[in-house]
Amino acid sequence: MPVTPDDVRRIAKLARIAEPADRIDALTGELNGILKWVELLDEVDVAGAEPMTTPVLSALPLREDAVTDGGVRDAILTNAPKAEEGFFVVPKSVE
Amino acid sequence: MTDFSSLSLHEAVNGLRAKSFSAVELAEATVVAAEAAQGPLNCFTGIDGERALDMARASDGRLAKGEGGALEGVPVAIKDLFAVKGVETTASSNILKGFKPEYESTVTQNLWDAGAVFFAKTAMDEFAMGSSNETAAPGPVVNPWRANGSAAKLAPGGSSGGSAAALAAGISYGATGTDTGGSIRQPAAFAGLVGVKPTYGRCSRWGVVAFASSLDHPGPFGKTVKDAALLTRVMSGHDPKDSTSYQGEVPDFAAAADRPVKGLRIGIPKEYRVDGMPGEIETLWREGAKWLEAQGAEIVDISLPMTKYALPAYYIIAPAEASSNLARYDGMRFGARVEGGDLNDTYEKTRAAGFGREVQRRILIGTYVLSAGYYDAYYLKALKVRRRIYEDFTSAFEKVDAILTPATPSAAFEIGSKAKADPIEMYLNDIFTVTANIAGIPAMSVPAGLDKDGLPLGLQVIAPALDEETMFAVAGALERAAGFTAKADKWW
Repeated sequence: MPVTPDDVRRIAKLARIAEPADRIDALTGELNGILKWVELLDEVDVAGAEPMTTPVLSALPLREDAVTDGGVRDAILTNAPKAEEGFFVVPKSVE
Repeated sequence: MTDFSSLSLHEAVNGLRAKSFSAVELAEATVVAAEAAQGPLNCFTGIDGERALDMARASDGRLAKGEGGALEGVPVAIKDLFAVKGVETTASSNILKGFKPEYESTVTQNLWDAGAVFFAKTAMDEFAMGSSNETAAPGPVVNPWRANGSAAKLAPGGSSGGSAAALAAGISYGATGTDTGGSIRQPAAFAGLVGVKPTYGRCSRWGVVAFASSLDHPGPFGKTVKDAALLTRVMSGHDPKDSTSYQGEVPDFAAAADRPVKGLRIGIPKEYRVDGMPGEIETLWREGAKWLEAQGAEIVDISLPMTKYALPAYYIIAPAEASSNLARYDGMRFGARVEGGDLNDTYEKTRAAGFGREVQRRILIGTYVLSAGYYDAYYLKALKVRRRIYEDFTSAFEKVDAILTPATPSAAFEIGSKAKADPIEMYLNDIFTVTANIAGIPAMSVPAGLDKDGLPLGLQVIAPALDEETMFAVAGALERAAGFTAKADKWW
C-alpha cells in the first residue's frame, strides 16, 4: 500500500523532522519507491523462521550489580548546546 | 631518505624496530602528506599534527628501550565515526559539528595501546549512510585513482571512503572503517586495498557512532592482507562495555594469512552474477577461482537462493535501527541546536537543519516500518528473512570452507554520476557485500586486478562465523596469485 503525502507528514512528525512543504511530494515518491522495492520480500516463505539479529549466539553477559562509571557531570555537560550550573538547559516543555 | 608513502604497515613496524627511521620522522611525513592531499582529496575531517608528534615521541621512547606494541609508532587513520577523546567527532554530519567526545572508543583505545599513532579523522558518508562519500556534510571525498587518460573525479566508495582514499594515497599505513552493508569492503575494492569486516561482535562497537546496531561492524583497511589481518587482531577483543562483543580468544590472524589453501573447498555462488555487471568482473572472478585451484583448493558450485532478498531486507532493518539510534540527536545534550517556539519545534528544526537528505530519508523509512500497524509487516518480516539468508550460508558451509565472489558490481564511478538517479541505484552497490552483514559472518575484499580503464577491482572472501582464519588464508592465497602491485598515479 503506497504512502500518501499526508502519511509522509505524519511520519516526519513522528521522526521529529521539520520537512519543508516543498519536499513532501518528492519524499512521498522516494519512500514509495523503496517500499515497492522491499515488497520483494513477500516472495520468501518465512513460516516458522525465528527473527534473527546476530549469528553468534551467547547468553548476555552478567556482572556484579555495582557502580562502574559515573561522577563525571562536567564531562557530560561539555558538549551541551546550553548548560547552566551543572544542568542541561532545555526549552520549556510543561505548560 | 625512505619513501614513506610506499611502506606497508608491516614494513613501517619493522623499519621503526630496526631504527631505520623514527616514529617522529614517520609522523611528520604523514602529517605533511595529509595536509598536502586534503585540498584535492578532501579525505579528512580533521588533521592533528600536534597529537601525532606527541604520540610519536612517546613511541620513540618505548622503541629506544626495546619496548612497544604490535603497531608501535605507526600512524593509523581513524574514520570519523570512532570517538577519539578530545578530538572533534562528527560522523561527517552537521548535527555533530563541534562535538568533542570525553571518552575513547574501545577499538581506537586498542590501537593506541598497541602503539599506533593518531594523526587524522577521515571523512565518510553522513552517519555511514552511503556508498560514494557524496552524502558527507563537508563535501565528497575524491578517489586517488583515476581512469587511464582521464581527469574525471571518481568516488572512493563509501561509507568509509576517506579512510580508503587516505590509505590508497599512501598517506597512512592502516585505517579504521565500519561496515554496515559494505562500507569497508566496497571502498577497499574501489581503491585497490584490502578491507575486512570481521564476524559481528569481534570488534567492540563501544564509542562508535551507531547507525544500525545489529549490522554495524568496525574493521580495518590495509595495503596487504597481512596488514589488514594484524589490524583486525589489534582492534578485536572482548569489551565489557559492548554486550554483543564476542568473549572468545582472538587468534593470530596475520599468521593465518600464510596458511596453505590446499584441500580447502571454495564455493562459487551462482546468484552473484547480476545484470549489467561488466564482463571483466566475471572474468576476474573465474580467474580468482583458478588461482585457488592451482594452489590445491577445490572449487565447488553452490547456490545461495536467498541472495536477492538481502538488500531489500537491509533497507528495512538498517533504517529501522537508524531511526531509533538517531533519535538521540535532539539538540539537547550535545551537537547542534536550532531554537524553535517550543520543545517539539526545537527538535524538529534541529533535526531538519542537522541531518542531510539521505539521512532524513532513512530515518523516515525507519520510522514508518517501526510505526504502529507496520512493525510486523516490515521489521519483523525482515528479521525472519534475515534468518533465511543466514540458513542459506550455514547450509553452504556444510559443503564448503569459504565462498568467493566479486566485491562490487562495478569499478569506481564518477562523483555525481548517480546523483540524479533513484536512491535504489546507489543502494545496489552493496549487492554482493550486504549479505555478510545480514548474516553477521566475516567477509573481506582483496584487490585482484585492474579493469580496462586501469581501475582496481576486488574479489570478496566470505567465511563462517568466527572463522576469520580461513578467510585470511584464502585472501592471502588470492593476493599471492594476483600479484597486485598497482598504485594510483600521484596527481594530488
